[in-house]
Amino acid sequence: MGFEKFGRKSFTAVTKTSKFVDLLTEGKVEGTVCKDCGAKFFPPRADCTKCFSKNTDWFEMPKKGKLETFTTAYYAPFGFEADPPYAMGVVDFGYGLKLFARLAKDIKPEDVKVGMDVTIRSLKYDDGQVSFEIAKA
Amino acid sequence: MEKEVAVIGVGQSSFVRGYEGSIRELAFEAFREAIQDAGITQKDLDASIFCSAPEYDKQRSPAGVLAEYLGLIPQPTLYIETICSSSSTGVKVAYSMIKSGLHDVVVVLGFQKMSEITSAESQERMGRGADIQWEAPFGTMMPAYYALYAQAYMAKYGLTHEDLMSVRIKASTYGVINERAVYRKAVKPEDFKQGDPEAKLAGPVAWPLRVGDCCANADGSSCIILANAKKAKTFSKKPVWILGIGAASEAVNMAARSDFAKGLSVGYAAAAQAYKMAGITAKDIKVAEVHDCFTIAEIMAYEGLGFAPMGEGKQLIREKATYKEGKIPVNVDGGLLSKGHPIGATGGSQIRTIVLQLRGEAGPMQVAGEPDIGLVHNIGGVGLYGNVTIFGR
Repeated sequence: MGFEKFGRKSFTAVTKTSKFVDLLTEGKVEGTVCKDCGAKFFPPRADCTKCFSKNTDWFEMPKKGKLETFTTAYYAPFGFEADPPYAMGVVDFGYGLKLFARLAKDIKPEDVKVGMDVTIRSLKYDDGQVSFEIAKA
Repeated sequence: MEKEVAVIGVGQSSFVRGYEGSIRELAFEAFREAIQDAGITQKDLDASIFCSAPEYDKQRSPAGVLAEYLGLIPQPTLYIETICSSSSTGVKVAYSMIKSGLHDVVVVLGFQKMSEITSAESQERMGRGADIQWEAPFGTMMPAYYALYAQAYMAKYGLTHEDLMSVRIKASTYGVINERAVYRKAVKPEDFKQGDPEAKLAGPVAWPLRVGDCCANADGSSCIILANAKKAKTFSKKPVWILGIGAASEAVNMAARSDFAKGLSVGYAAAAQAYKMAGITAKDIKVAEVHDCFTIAEIMAYEGLGFAPMGEGKQLIREKATYKEGKIPVNVDGGLLSKGHPIGATGGSQIRTIVLQLRGEAGPMQVAGEPDIGLVHNIGGVGLYGNVTIFGR
C-alpha cells in the first residue's frame, strides 16, 4: 500500500517500490541501485534484470540534466480534466539515466526549449498526492 | 525467399464512427468478404485467430464467442493482442502455425468497437497502453507521447508544422476515394490556419501535434486468410506470398528510450529483420502501408524503413514522393489518419490494402506499374511493439 498517493492519480496501489512515495514526502526523488552489480534504475525497480538480484538500495537522482524533449497537453485523459494545459518532458542526466515528468507550472511555455538545463524536485498537491516535476535549473 | 505461406483472402468492414451492431456482427462483415474473396468455406479453415485491444471489449475472451458466430467451431481458436499491431501479430502467428505444418489454412480476424466508450475514456485506455505505474499518474495519453518524438525530431532536423500538415493532406487525398474510410473529407491548408475558429484541424492537442495530426477512432474489422503453398495453389488464382516478417519490442517507459529524434526503435529493428528474411532492400518496395497514427509517425516510418536517410523523411513528403504517382507510394488508402484506426483491425486492413495492390485490384487507389512487392509497417502503442511484413506476388 501507499503507492496510490503517487502522481495526480495513481493506477497502482501495491508495489515493492512504494518507498519511493515516502521519499517524495521527504522531498527526495530517488531511483534504485543494485547492491550486487551496481546497475542504476529510474523509474525504480525492485528487481535487477542485469544480475537477477533482489537486493536493491535507493540513490538520489542527479540534480542537473538537459530537457531532451517535451510536449504541452491541451486535452487530458479521464480523471485529469481539470489540469490542462500542462507540459510533460524527458530529462537526460547522462550516464544512461533519464526521467519523465510534468514540467513545473512556473516555467513559461515560450521559455521551454529542447536541450535547456533543468533540475528536478518533489512536490505535494493540495489533496495530499505527491509527485516530482521538472523545474528550471 | 521460398514461397511457403500466402494470403488467399482479404476482407474489411467499412471503418465508421458508432457501428450499429455488436462485435460479432462487426467481425462477420470482414469475415464474409474474406471467405468469399478466397472462394472457400469454413470447413477449409483449420484454425482461427482473433485480435483486438481487450480494454475496449466488454466480452471477456472474445475468440471463442466470435468463432462460434462465424461458424468456426470446433476448430481451435485463440486470441492475440499487441495493442494497435494486434492483427499483424496475428498474421505472424498464423504464418508460424502454417509453416510448422500444424495447420494448412488459418484465418486472422482483427476487430475493434471503440465507440462503446467515450472519447475521454478511450484516451485513458490508450494511455494505459503505456506505463501505468510510472507515467499515467502524470496524465499521459497517446498524442502526448508521439508529441515527445515530434518535438525532438523537429528541433533536430528542421521538420515544420507545414510538413506534418502535408502528411495529413496526402492521407485525405486517398480518404476521399476510399469508400471504407471513416474520414472522407478533403483536407486543405486553410483547415490548419492558426487562430481561425473555422479551422477545425488547427487546435492544439499535445503540442506540437494538432487535431489534424491525429488519426480518428473508428469501429471496424479486418480479415486475412492464410494458407500453405499447396492449398494456396488449389484455392487461389492470385496468391500473395509472405516474403519477410520482422517484429520487435521496446521499453514502455520514456525514460528508457535512447533517442527521441531517431524515432521508434522497433520500426528499424522489425524492418531490418523483414528485409533480411525477404532478401531485399527498401529500394525493392513498390507500395507501402505505414502506421500513421500521427503525422509524425509517418515521417519517422519513412526513415525506419529506409525509404529516406535519417532526418530526410520530410523530403519525401515535400517532393510528393509518397503519393500514388511518386517513387514510393505510402498509405494510398488514406492511412490511419483518414481511413481511421480501429485498433485491433488496423494491421489486417493495411495488409488487405497491400494484397489488393499486388493483385491489381485496388480500384481508384491502384498504384500504376503492376507493383510486385509491398510492405506493411504496423506499430503497437508508442513503439512498444512493431511489426514489418513484406508481401510479394
